[in-house]
Amino acid sequence: MARTDPKKDVVIIGLGWTGAILGMELAQEGVDILALERGSDRATVPDFQYPEVIDELKYGIRFGFMQKPRKSTLTIRRTLDEVAQPYRRLGSFLPGDGVGGAGIHWNGQTWRPMEVELRLKSYVEETFGAATIPDGMTIQDWGVSYDEMEPHFDRFEYMAGIAGKAGNIKGEIQAGGNPFEAPRSRDYPMPPMKQGVDAQMFARTASAMGLHPFPRPAANATQAYLNEYGMQLGPCNYCGFCERYGCLNYSKSSPQTCILDALKRMPNFSYKVNSEVLKIELAEDRKTATGVTYFDEAAQEEVFQPADLVIVAAYSLHNVHLMLLSGIGAPWDPVQQTGTTGKNYSYQMTGGTSLFFKDVVFNPFAAAGSSGISIDDYAISRIDFAKEGFIGGSYITAGISNGQPIRGIPLPKGTPSWGAGWKQGIGDWYGHAMSIGSHGSNMAYRDCCLDLDPTYTDRHGRPLMRMTFNWKDNDIRMTQFMRSKIEPMAEAMQPDSWQSSYKAEGAQYDVRPYQTTHNVGGAIMGADPKTSSLNRYLQAWGQHNVFVMGASAFPQNIQYNPTGMVGALAYWAADAIRKDYLPNPRPLV
Amino acid sequence: MPPIPIRTSRRGFLAGTAAGAALSVLAFQARAEAAKAVPLAEYAPQYLSASEYTFVMAATARLIPSDGDGPGALETRVPVFIDRQLAGDFGAATDLYMDGPFYPEAHPNLGTQTPLTPAEIYREGIATFNAWCSDTHGAGFADLDAATQDAALDALSKDNVPLDAKLREFWTLILQNTKEGYFCDPQYGGNAGMESWVYIGFPGARANFHEWIGRPEAYPLGPVDIAGERA
Repeated sequence: MARTDPKKDVVIIGLGWTGAILGMELAQEGVDILALERGSDRATVPDFQYPEVIDELKYGIRFGFMQKPRKSTLTIRRTLDEVAQPYRRLGSFLPGDGVGGAGIHWNGQTWRPMEVELRLKSYVEETFGAATIPDGMTIQDWGVSYDEMEPHFDRFEYMAGIAGKAGNIKGEIQAGGNPFEAPRSRDYPMPPMKQGVDAQMFARTASAMGLHPFPRPAANATQAYLNEYGMQLGPCNYCGFCERYGCLNYSKSSPQTCILDALKRMPNFSYKVNSEVLKIELAEDRKTATGVTYFDEAAQEEVFQPADLVIVAAYSLHNVHLMLLSGIGAPWDPVQQTGTTGKNYSYQMTGGTSLFFKDVVFNPFAAAGSSGISIDDYAISRIDFAKEGFIGGSYITAGISNGQPIRGIPLPKGTPSWGAGWKQGIGDWYGHAMSIGSHGSNMAYRDCCLDLDPTYTDRHGRPLMRMTFNWKDNDIRMTQFMRSKIEPMAEAMQPDSWQSSYKAEGAQYDVRPYQTTHNVGGAIMGADPKTSSLNRYLQAWGQHNVFVMGASAFPQNIQYNPTGMVGALAYWAADAIRKDYLPNPRPLV
Repeated sequence: MPPIPIRTSRRGFLAGTAAGAALSVLAFQARAEAAKAVPLAEYAPQYLSASEYTFVMAATARLIPSDGDGPGALETRVPVFIDRQLAGDFGAATDLYMDGPFYPEAHPNLGTQTPLTPAEIYREGIATFNAWCSDTHGAGFADLDAATQDAALDALSKDNVPLDAKLREFWTLILQNTKEGYFCDPQYGGNAGMESWVYIGFPGARANFHEWIGRPEAYPLGPVDIAGERA
């Protein structure tokens, strides 16, 4: 049943952001590369073209561009003693599927972490004392420093064409930017986006309160742009269909708009779609991978694809699943606290306050995924953890990303959810609401982790991955702290009414409502093979010819949207592979 | 910024869109199509039985009633939308993971765990709820007066109607699908005439607001749909 194809120098698993970056970078070394994508092919035309893509039901509600649970899902439980249940219908998070991956349907917020976030454990211990870290919290350092990463953030931001305003260039604070950000070597490649009425109001209020508003860094182009690969972006037209949709306008940075056409022109690169990798195959001594086995949907057969170098570039959760299935790294045991693979799964703690103004017109449909104004006055680097009783931080932000009505119309407290009162409410309040949100860190814990489910299997007969995750007091205290900062801002804006939604004491993870697709950890990077799956170059400690991209490498979640860090890590790893690994394949640490 | 004439009143907004539509031959044809659409009561359902369809008409008419400002579920043809969804991939749970074992009584936070497809949940849910209405209120749901229908739906929404765990999603599904049918692109059979979009001021598939973001006045143009029709 299984066929064996001719050997390739490099096989890349997944053709989203990181697969495309690694493909482009390694193709320039002349090696022969095959990328395997489990989903279908996708291009701006015809897949994202106007007007068909402006279909809220098909893409925003029925998740047309997302992974189908029937083909690929996981099981979820909240505690180690609960029986995990399959994630049968998408809710809390929306993994992508197909060429471009989640890189086609994101909102485009492209941040760099704070310097202290990359050495969080050391920072906490040095600044506040080791006792500040509560029992069961398993935070770690990343094994790389911000200074080492800076050129790679810069590379990703200029490749992707990010619109924003620098706040700190080489240590000099820049008016209008984020004064608390880590120093960058130069400004963003494009000026910031236009701002909605809500973001303008938030900026005025924040300034009046002595805070430091700045425009969100956006992967939505604000002018014509040509990147290093010869790919072009056009300015965003604020169509209001960003998150969950491919961009109709060649404006949102994605593998399609920034890399793929250039990559497809490289003669030593090829890719196959509808080709789901089932396992990374290891040599007898288990010290190297020999290639991958994938299911060829067209031929309806398993294929062994030999390769000298395996780049794991699927979505973070699938990276970990493949490692568990393939025996890469010892599985994390949350009771004995041994092993590494599956360790430190973490998520994102968010909350928000909705504000209602009967006399203000927000036109919420005139929007882009990452237009908006933020403040970082309560960032992780600016909070006294010992005093406040938690480890973490958040940016606070306003910026309506869409006005799509099925996805929900914010209504004042007490408005019924159906009947005459609901109908009156949507007529009165559509376009008259805004929100101020907190987007915060999530620490790692011994019992928030990933392993293989003992009961449920996928269509290939492989065990599903099992997620164990729940909200913890530390992060709930963080979000309640942010609530105490946001509500006075809301009151200062003098709305007709406002209401808050933040996790409170005892909050339990609920997989049903959408939260974020910021699933991180499980194949974490670090300085010690006893406590991390990957070394600082994203190379598997045990198999030197396996490199694992993506947010699965995060030891705990940062307070920001992950894509900026994911992109920078991909360039950092690509640089190490090009300069150091390919000339002399071996463990780099 | 170029000056754009602004109409801020709802009356002006409607007048403007009607004038715009009159200029469009396509829109004129669309209106002729809409006029040809069978009356709701004569629609031949693809999935629902006649009595189930009667229930969906009656229930959606209370979830989004016709009186007051704005169209109701019946004017926007929500029952047609729901029937078509149940007859298609959505009703058949085509995208969902449907391998067992199933524990439908699992904690609700862990998400839907029913072995039933959405279409099956409607079928069994309608039968169970109608039987409860008969026991409690003396008639099937569609034959109750509006106030009693509202009381029955309120009980359903608050888990006060005994349902098997497999049917736990029935209320959430019918309410969600009703709102979907109210606001969706008209190609799916609901939101007839884009009336819900006109009502709230959502411009549908216009998808180009470069001159409009950040302006504190109401957007003056009415909606278009994916087929290019105007309201």
